[in-house]
Amino acid sequence: MKQSGNLPRSGFGSLVLIAAVLGGGAAAFAYTAGWLSPGRLTPERMIAALAPPGGAPLGHRRNHAKGICFTGAFEANGNGAELSRARIFERGKYLAVGRFNLGTTDPNAVDATARVRGLGLQITAADGEEWRMALINPPFFAVSTPQAFHDLLIASGQKDPEAMKAFIQSNPEFAAFAAWAKTAPWTESYAQDAYHGLNSFIFTDARGGERTVRWSLLPAAPAVPISQAELERRGPDFLEQEITERIRTDGPQRWTMVTTVAGPGDPTADPSKAWPEGRRTVQVGTLVVQRIEQERDGPCRDINFDPTVLPKGIRVSDDPFPAARSSVYRKSYDLRAAEAGSYPRTEVAKP
Amino acid sequence: MSNAHHRFAPIQRFLHWLMAACIIAMLFIGVGMVSTVAPTYLPLILIHKTLGVTLLVLVLIRLALRLHYGAPPLPEDLPPAIRLGARLSHLALYGLMIVMPLLGLGMLWAAAYPVVLYGGIEIPAVLPQSDRAHTLLWSAHFYLGFAFFAIVLLHLAAALFHALVRRDGVFGTMALFTLRNRTTPSE
Ligand code: HEM
Ligand code: HEM
Repeated sequence: MKQSGNLPRSGFGSLVLIAAVLGGGAAAFAYTAGWLSPGRLTPERMIAALAPPGGAPLGHRRNHAKGICFTGAFEANGNGAELSRARIFERGKYLAVGRFNLGTTDPNAVDATARVRGLGLQITAADGEEWRMALINPPFFAVSTPQAFHDLLIASGQKDPEAMKAFIQSNPEFAAFAAWAKTAPWTESYAQDAYHGLNSFIFTDARGGERTVRWSLLPAAPAVPISQAELERRGPDFLEQEITERIRTDGPQRWTMVTTVAGPGDPTADPSKAWPEGRRTVQVGTLVVQRIEQERDGPCRDINFDPTVLPKGIRVSDDPFPAARSSVYRKSYDLRAAEAGSYPRTEVAKP
Repeated sequence: MSNAHHRFAPIQRFLHWLMAACIIAMLFIGVGMVSTVAPTYLPLILIHKTLGVTLLVLVLIRLALRLHYGAPPLPEDLPPAIRLGARLSHLALYGLMIVMPLLGLGMLWAAAYPVVLYGGIEIPAVLPQSDRAHTLLWSAHFYLGFAFFAIVLLHLAAALFHALVRRDGVFGTMALFTLRNRTTPSE
C-alpha cells in the first residue's frame, strides 16, 4: 500500500536525481580537463604560441628545433657529494648523451639568426638512474614566470610594435635579457659557450641537509668573439660543421660543471634574476664531449631532455619553470613522436 | 554463509568501493594534469603513476576474488537485453582496469622516460623507445580514458537506477553497509 503509493513520485524524483548525478559528474570532468576555462595556460596553448607563422616543424622539437647529437662522459670529481647524495656525484665516469642546439623553432634556421644556444644533457649513473637537463647560454632567463614566457611568445609574434612595448611594460625583467641579447658577444663555436641551467633545484646531502642550487657548464675552450655578420658569412650550418671538425682534429671538448649555492633571501623562484656575486660555488665534475652525430639518426633525437628527470638527492624547488617545462616538453614529445613520418629519419640513400 | 548468494563477499565490496574512488580520481587527475603547466603538474603525474600501478595490482587481486567467490545472480525479472548489457559493461570495466595501467606504463617506456613512482620506486622498462609504439599506446590510453569515464558514468546510472527506481536489491549486493529495505529486497 505504502510502496505503491510512493513509487511514481519517487520514481520520477529518482530519475531526476540520477540525471543530476551524471550531468554533474560530466561537468566536473569537463571543468577539470580545462574545457570550460579557455584562459587556462595549457601545454597546448604554450605549444601553439611557439609555432612560427609558417606552421610548427612537424616531427621536430617545438622549440630548440635545430640541433646535433653528442656522446661522451660526465667525470664526477666527488666534490658534489657534500651537496647532494645523488650517486652521479660520486667520483667516477658516467655515460653522457646530449644535444647542442639553437633556440629556434626552425630546424633549418641559419645559425646567425639564433641568439640563444642550448645544450641538452642526459647523464646515466652506474645503476641506470638518469639525470636530464637542458641549459642555455644567457646567464639569466628572459622572464620571471611561465605565463610571462607565453605572453612574450605572443607579443614577439605580432606585427604591431606596440605589442612588445606593452609586454615589456608589464614584464620589466625582460629589459635585462634584451640588453644581453644586444650586447653579449657571439662566439664561433658551440664549444666556446657557457651553458646555464638557470632554474633552481634542491640538493639533499647524505645527512638530509638541503640547499637550493643552480648549475652551469663552463667551457674549457676560450671564447673567440665573432660578429653576427661574420657568423652568417661562414654559412647557415657553420656551428654543426665546426663542432664536428673541432672534435675530429682537437679531440674531446670539456666543460666544468659548477653548482652555485643560494644565499638566504636569494630569488630561487625566478630564473630571470641572477644571484649575487660571491655565492659559494662547487665544481662537481667535467662534461667531456667525445663524439658528434647527426640528429637524424643520432642518439639524442628521441630523448626528451625533461629537466624534472632527476636522480635521488636532487628535486625541484619553488621555481615554477621545471614543472611547466616538463608538461610542455611532454606535449612536444608526444607530437613529434606522432609526426615521426614527417621527419627525414634516415639519410637519403647513397648512390 | 547463507548470505553468499545475495551479496558480494565483504572483501569484494571493500575493494569495489576503494577502487571506484581511486579510478574516478585517476580519470580526473589524468585530464587535469595534462591541461596544466602549473607546479601541481609534477605531484599530479606522480600520483597518477603511483596510484595507477597500485590499481593494476588491486585489480588482479580483485579478479582472483571474483573467480573464487563468484557474483550473486541478477534478479530473475531483469530483461535479457539489460542482463547482456550488464555483463558486457562489467567485462569492459575489468578490461579497462587492467589495460589502462599497462598502456600508461608502456607509453612511458616507449618514450624512454624512467618510470619512477612515489617513494623513488623505479619500474624497469620492458619496451625499447619507439615513436610508433609510443603513439599507439598514447592514443589508446587517451581514447580508452574517455571511454572508461563514459562506462563509469553508465555503471553509476545503472546502480542508482537499481537502488532508487527498481529497488530490486542489486545495489545492495555491492553496498558497503546494509541499507534499510530501500535497496535490498526484504526477505
Ligand atoms: C616555460 C618556459 C619554457 C617553455 C614553454 C619551453 C619550451 C620548450 C620546448 C617545447 C622544447 C622542445 C622539447 C622537446 O621536444 O624535447 C624546448 C627545448 C629546450 N629548452 Fe625550453 N622551454 C622553456 C624554458 C626553458 C628554459 C628556462 C631553458 C634553459 C634553462 C630552456 C632550454 C631548452 C633547451 C636547451 C632545449 C633543447 C633541449 C634538447 O636538445 O632537446 N627552456 N623548450
Ligand atoms: C586506472 C588506470 C588509469 C587511468 C584511468 C588513467 C587515465 C588517464 C587519463 C584520463 C589521462 C588523460 C588523457 C588526456 O586527456 O590526454 C591520462 C594520461 C596519462 N596517464 Fe594515465 N591512467 C591510468 C593509469 C596510468 C598509469 C599506470 C600510468 C603510468 C605509470 C599512466 C600514465 C599517464 C601519462 C604519462 C599520461 C599523460 C599522457 C600524455 O599526454 O603524454 N596512466 N591517464
